[in-house]
Amino acid sequence: MNPFRPIGKAILGFFESTGRLIVFTLTALSHCVRPPFYLRLHGQQMIDIGYYSLPVVGMTTLFAGMALGLQTYAGFSRFSAEDAIAKVVALGITRELGPVLSGLMVAGRIGAAMAAELGTMRVTEQIDALDTLSTNPHKYLIAPRIIAGLTMLPLLVFVGDIIGIFGGYVVSVYKLGFNPGIYLSETWKVLEFKDVFSGLVKAAAFGFIVTLMGCFHGYNSRGGAQGVGAATTNAVVSASILILVFNYVITELFLKI
Amino acid sequence: MTSPKIKLTNVCKRFGPKVVLDGINLEVAAGESLVIIGGSGSGKSVTLKCILGLLTPDEGTIEIDGEPVIGMKRAERERVNRNIGMLFQGGALFDSLKIWENVAFGLIQGQGKNRVEAKAIAMEKLAAVGLGPEVAELAPAELSGGMQKRVGLARAIATEPEIIFFDEPTTGLDPIMGDVINDLIVKCVRELGATAMSITHDMASARKISDRIAMLYKGKIIWEGQTAEIDNADEAHVDQFIHGRAEGPIQMELRRL
Ligand SMILES: Nc1ncnc2c1ncn2[C@@H]1O[C@H](COP(=O)(O)OP(=O)(O)OP(=O)(O)O)[C@@H](O)[C@H]1O
Ligand SMILES: [Mg+2]
Repeated sequence: MNPFRPIGKAILGFFESTGRLIVFTLTALSHCVRPPFYLRLHGQQMIDIGYYSLPVVGMTTLFAGMALGLQTYAGFSRFSAEDAIAKVVALGITRELGPVLSGLMVAGRIGAAMAAELGTMRVTEQIDALDTLSTNPHKYLIAPRIIAGLTMLPLLVFVGDIIGIFGGYVVSVYKLGFNPGIYLSETWKVLEFKDVFSGLVKAAAFGFIVTLMGCFHGYNSRGGAQGVGAATTNAVVSASILILVFNYVITELFLKI
Repeated sequence: MTSPKIKLTNVCKRFGPKVVLDGINLEVAAGESLVIIGGSGSGKSVTLKCILGLLTPDEGTIEIDGEPVIGMKRAERERVNRNIGMLFQGGALFDSLKIWENVAFGLIQGQGKNRVEAKAIAMEKLAAVGLGPEVAELAPAELSGGMQKRVGLARAIATEPEIIFFDEPTTGLDPIMGDVINDLIVKCVRELGATAMSITHDMASARKISDRIAMLYKGKIIWEGQTAEIDNADEAHVDQFIHGRAEGPIQMELRRL
């Protein structure tokens, strides 16, 4: 048995799946911009991703903002904690925690559901049936999902930002007894357009990653219920890792600008 | 001399090391009804999927209306598929859509009919397969297996295509409904002039719906001829199959307990 064989096989397998992902991404994107558009499906996906994820994202950012407020107080209480809490919460939520936590939560909620749904459609031959009915699955199933992810996540994160800052406000005003007026004015003073904007750019990227991974793994799933289960796991894990990687990359890019 | 509607020349298909189709040659004339018989796992469904373009053969050519279809561009393939209807072995109904929307899918997406008009046609087709208006608003999961099969059949014939593929149209139906479906298939072929290619295990059904029968065994067509000739086929495999005997040249791969 040649010891290099499994290594070579793994490397070839990696290149093969990367290649397939690139082709899949390009095909999906090309169908996002070319008619016909299935408006009904676009609307359905946008409601599913944008509206029904609100509670999850709201809860996540609310408690993240509250915890961030408390932590900042614990660390900065020796200095002028009042200013510091407002600043740290506002910047921390809009630049980092809002988009990253929302992205991860949506990966669990939407990415998993997409992979399971498309995977089931694949193994029950529903995707083949679409083909025989002269309907392109990329256009009918995948484009609406990707567009919805790309557009809805920034909206979700924007709402999440507000809720997260509100969480910090609640902790510092009602628990730590700080002045509400000063807190809000400090928040307003420290926030720049670029802070919020970079967070929303991240959100759009994460929305794309989550829906792309959900669709890619679901669409290519093989082999019955077990295959669908594996597709779901792969979709969530790969989306989560890519979110963290791209979070770093985008942060770096914005620091350079 | 008209060219055949469907023509397969030396079609081979392997999955890994496993050879499923090993040089299939088959012709179906326009307006003819061909039935493919053969043991379970002999590659009947794979043959249909190759013709539909869902699987790509490793070798050989397939022509529909004299046009080679392997390696066709996506848009051209969609144009060809617009004239084809397919009943999948497992039904393959879209479970996010209602029953009538399933039947009307090809009319709405493929032919661009409006929903009201398409629904009326869908109701007609449902009635033709023995399903009343009360099932039209249900979801596929609320129907029995046999009912789902009939909906799949209604969907396959809804656009009145020139070529129809039936993968085991009568399995899972009671004998009376099975015969109703047989009549329906005969009617599609005789009245609409469609070309039909069906797969069945049920010899009574095969005799009723076919003009010609072909038998698939070990990846090859081992016998084909007029339906009336099958009883004096003088081919041991065919003989064993149509009489359903355990003893004969076809050895099932099982071991004695
Ligand atoms: N996607 C696939 N990947 C790997 N093997 C496959 C695939 N599809 C079919 N096969 C194999 O090809 C062979 C033929 O399958 P096919 O579905 O055509 O059988 P069939 O003749 O339709 O049988 P049945 O009457 O039971 O439906 C089977 O042995 C199956 O294991
Ligand atoms: Mg089959």
